[in-house]
Amino acid sequence: MTTILTDAGEFEVPQAEVSGDALWLSAREAEEATGWVAKPEGLCKGEVCVPLPSGREQEFVRGTRVNVAALGRHLGQPVLRSDRGHVWVLARSARDRSQALRSLQAPDFTLPDASGRPHSLSEYRGKKVFLVTWASW
Amino acid sequence: MWQALYEELAAQNFVVIAVAMDSREGDALPWIEAAHPTYPTLIDREHLMAELFGVVNVPQAIWIDEAGRIVRPAEAAGAYEGFRKMNRATREMPEEVARLTAGAKSTYLDAVKDWVRRGPESEHVLPAESTRAHLPALTEDMATAQAMFRLGQCLLRHGEKEEGNRWLGEASRRHPDSWCIWRQSAGVNDTGLAALPEFWERVDALGEKRYYLPVDMKGMP
Repeated sequence: MTTILTDAGEFEVPQAEVSGDALWLSAREAEEATGWVAKPEGLCKGEVCVPLPSGREQEFVRGTRVNVAALGRHLGQPVLRSDRGHVWVLARSARDRSQALRSLQAPDFTLPDASGRPHSLSEYRGKKVFLVTWASW
Repeated sequence: MWQALYEELAAQNFVVIAVAMDSREGDALPWIEAAHPTYPTLIDREHLMAELFGVVNVPQAIWIDEAGRIVRPAEAAGAYEGFRKMNRATREMPEEVARLTAGAKSTYLDAVKDWVRRGPESEHVLPAESTRAHLPALTEDMATAQAMFRLGQCLLRHGEKEEGNRWLGEASRRHPDSWCIWRQSAGVNDTGLAALPEFWERVDALGEKRYYLPVDMKGMP
């Protein structure tokens, strides 16, 4: 079992194939965890398509499997793995995050309250929101 | 602190969302139970607020208008670092410092109220270009550090203490300005605060630098 942490959440992927710094997922798992889909024009997420570097296609896509770690690195995103390769983080790049912030549209997020009920920022659209952090420490 | 603000302003289309940046399950709960908040109190065990908004310390707040636009980016929420001038043996605060601390808090609360009352007309709502200029500068090192933090916390949840803590240490080295990363990972004293001698050493090492970055708001110390 491989645990993959992305901005879409935490995913337990039974059939992931880890080899060194490669993380191969089935097309369905890759889409679920990262949003990226292999298409003839390259790897696509929504409207955005990234062409695969010529001659290096095999590093990214083999048959129906996608190397999401190689894709993340290719996009300049932090890609980390635990020593044993059983936990991976595929994060968003600072460039992506900065660009989102510069639009001044607050990025939506969902977090649980103490009873586990999820709340999304977007549920409070139409109100002024004072979003304030604190901690027990 | 926020409950009174919320009660005063709730009828004016205003909500407080408090986010506890607490990774250890249950750490935030006694505080929430004691405060009885009637606004949502969320738990952010992987410090998503840092990743999305560039939060590096608590309390930091972001003001978001009715259309979901950021009108004030992450900044210290009425906090002043008076504790640095506290007598560490007696925990006594010089009067002048206590005055500054109270002033920072009331100036900030008044600013929030002014925004809620007057919306974009409030002097505390910056023009879009100025708001952008106040955004925290997110670097790739910070993004990597937050990813390391997330990996470390996930490993700790899996019971893999040694490797988990190693990643947290790496994360703090990569993003040393984040007190959230450092304090979350640090040991706590008998009152549950990450204020053991290592904390004070790290605070003293700031020298002239601020523990809470200065807030661009008239009347703030």
